[in-house]
Amino acid sequence: MVEERTPAVKMRDITKRFGSVTANDKCWLDIYRGEILALLGENGSGKTTLMNMLSGIYFPDEGHIYIDDKEVVIRSPKDAFDHGIGMIHQHFKLVDVFTAAENIVLGLPGKLDLKAVSRKVRDICERYGFEVDPEQKVYDMSVSQKQTVEIVKVLYRGADILILDEPTAVLTPQETDKLFAVLRNMRNDGKAVVIITHKMHEVEDLSDRVAILRKGHFTGDMRTKDTNTQEMTNMMVGHPVVLNIDRPTPVDPKPRIEVSHLTVVSEDGVTKLDDVSFTANSGEVLGIAGISGCGQKELLEAIAGLQKTRGGSIAYLEDDGSREELIGKDPLEIAGLGVSLSFVPEDRLGMGLVGNMDLSENMLLRSFRSGKGIFTDRKAPHKLAEEVVRDLEVVTPSIETPVRRLSGGNVQKVLVGREIASAPTVLLTAYAVRGLDINSSYTIYDLINEQKKKGVAVIYVGEDLDVLLELADRIVVLCGGKVSGIVDGRKTDKRQVGAMMTKLGGVDA
Amino acid sequence: MIRISKRGSISRGKALLIRASAIVLAILFCALLTMITTGKNPVDVFSSVIAGSFGTKRKFWLFLQNTAILLCISLAVTPAFKMRCWNLGAEGQVLTGAMAAAACMVLMPETLPNWVVLLTMTVSSIAAGALWAAIPAYFKAKFNTNETLFTLMMNYVATQVVAFFCVKWENPKGSCKIGVINQKSHSGWMPEVGNKYLLVILAVVLVTVFMYFYLNYTKHGYELSVVGESERTARYIGIKVNRVILRTMCLSGAICGLAGLLLVGCINHTVSTSLAGGQGFTAVMVSWLAKFNPLVMVFTSGLLIFMSTGAGEIATNCGLNRAFGDLLSSVLIFFIIGSEFFINYQISFHKKNREVRKDV
Repeated sequence: MVEERTPAVKMRDITKRFGSVTANDKCWLDIYRGEILALLGENGSGKTTLMNMLSGIYFPDEGHIYIDDKEVVIRSPKDAFDHGIGMIHQHFKLVDVFTAAENIVLGLPGKLDLKAVSRKVRDICERYGFEVDPEQKVYDMSVSQKQTVEIVKVLYRGADILILDEPTAVLTPQETDKLFAVLRNMRNDGKAVVIITHKMHEVEDLSDRVAILRKGHFTGDMRTKDTNTQEMTNMMVGHPVVLNIDRPTPVDPKPRIEVSHLTVVSEDGVTKLDDVSFTANSGEVLGIAGISGCGQKELLEAIAGLQKTRGGSIAYLEDDGSREELIGKDPLEIAGLGVSLSFVPEDRLGMGLVGNMDLSENMLLRSFRSGKGIFTDRKAPHKLAEEVVRDLEVVTPSIETPVRRLSGGNVQKVLVGREIASAPTVLLTAYAVRGLDINSSYTIYDLINEQKKKGVAVIYVGEDLDVLLELADRIVVLCGGKVSGIVDGRKTDKRQVGAMMTKLGGVDA
Repeated sequence: MIRISKRGSISRGKALLIRASAIVLAILFCALLTMITTGKNPVDVFSSVIAGSFGTKRKFWLFLQNTAILLCISLAVTPAFKMRCWNLGAEGQVLTGAMAAAACMVLMPETLPNWVVLLTMTVSSIAAGALWAAIPAYFKAKFNTNETLFTLMMNYVATQVVAFFCVKWENPKGSCKIGVINQKSHSGWMPEVGNKYLLVILAVVLVTVFMYFYLNYTKHGYELSVVGESERTARYIGIKVNRVILRTMCLSGAICGLAGLLLVGCINHTVSTSLAGGQGFTAVMVSWLAKFNPLVMVFTSGLLIFMSTGAGEIATNCGLNRAFGDLLSSVLIFFIIGSEFFINYQISFHKKNREVRKDV
């Protein structure tokens, strides 16, 4: 694409290898001022690596970087800052016990004058529409506030080329809207903004231009208004992808899990679930929608036996009508009842898997008790790990690789693979596709549908309404810990569900 | 320009090569240090270090026995460490185990058959050590107290308990020491197997094998490493975390108690406040150096004993201060730990790669 303007940043023939893996292979990228560029690509396509080279974290093995047409060498984050480049990483790098202002000036030379800092921070906030209290301690902040501090930190240091690595992955829809408003203000102020993402609707909402990487190669860039989701996806994946989620009709659904009048109060006295009742049927995907933090986590953990409850009941119903109460039992006792319940939790590496253990040891988590005697059986999990790697196309150097070394999509495949391997009758999933690229997401949808066809009762907590509406047979909408309504996935629309998420019953919609 | 980057993986041979060259470098550095600071011939100094452990048959057996005791205590702390529970109370757990054994010897009539005394000693030592570890473990499991501080403080309590009994059972009167117990009847003395060193060594070999299999192949071993990696994951798969903490700490204390038993029943036949001699803390280093692998610990404990015996030897043989020996062993350990850096990271030298590339 020929542009008349001079790019703020030109990256040419950038190559970066890690051992035998080539993360970026002769990548080109132009970044312009007054424009928001969306950098698109699947997990592991080298987006973050490319940007890390711009922000001084990595040093390219080959290639050239030009800023305003002058070739530069960026050896460290400090060099990057000197060229006006600032990056906001996925994992925040803040000191918890410091205030926002202290974090913002951390590492800057010169005298420490916190009052002047606070003043300047407020100026920046006013200019772009941030909300930050410079005197607030970081440990008191929500995720979105922390992210704001990171952005202000970068602006404070005079950056006019901003890179954000998957900034919305941790935000609620409302927070995302706020962030986007701020980013637009920055663009209008003449700054160059790059966001790494794989949420298509965000790309279409926000960006002026998209650049696409595939397996470390640059596959092209174009104006956002000249393209569409289908084209972008095809460029990312390398072959045409069908962007429809299958929704087979439930076959012979029978009540499986019956939640009635469930109430959960957290340790600090906050009511997380308030009189929640619904039934999940076999052979059906039951979606749970709601603004994040509306009790979804507590609901799933209560069913899995990991959450203390205040009142109500959770019953597991057999086909012959006999029922088992699950409340008051821990995961082991639930399994002891012969209830095969699988749970894909939100926190994959902190709860579902052990990051430092390899694939086969992670498979062992579910099966280590099997067999008599004091010794663990290591052969079966190893075989299972091999099967999961083969069937779900997990990209891993070997079975003996610690799972924390795998990319997000592959981690999730390992976890889902293990959970469905035990032939569950109930499958609980929380944000199963969060952080996953489009191809991996569809793999997960397919796996869920496969379980559904086998007669499993699937409870799917999701954040993307478009997906929920395409995947779920019925949707329970939560609002502030209460059931706002239960709707048929085939007969409702985004507006109705959205209204129910923000207001009980959605009556004002 | 020097770039430091993390290695993806490293072959065993290469890792071994890095470690071996670290030791060679450490020895060369020590030689240099010896020449500059003392003017002595480093070969002489080194040969006395070696003579300290291998000079005579007796010295060699002593070296093996001391290694065995240190190894035993190191094996004891390892399951707790693997569970990320920092049991720094091995010193106190060894002492309580030793005190329990000594108490049996003092209190039980010398006329009883020896096997009855020995059996009682074994049971009470192991129970006492386990109890000493169970107390902090209970509080950690129940109230989430900090086990590091708690176990450390239990050391002082144990020392005071031993000090109390040293006065109460002093022999001869006025010495404030217990002295060798049952010197005539040998009641409560462990029998000699082959020679007086072998029993301790054999016992610890058994403990080593046991611990290797326990940690790597049993359900308990797997549970404790999951708890160590992530308590939330452990709860998620239905492991009863508190029970595992309590069980593992008891095991840790029980093996410490066993070390105390060996010290009293086989080696010293008495107890004093300095019986453990700081080995409860040296054990921490042994365990970490070996990355919690019981088999590797055989070498790391041997190395530390070898160096400290050598330090004593050069003090007498070469007329050097004992501190000089300690200096040498510190250099060695520094190099060994330092070599880990080169195993985890690689260093590459970029030299204006742009120009280089244009030439190609």
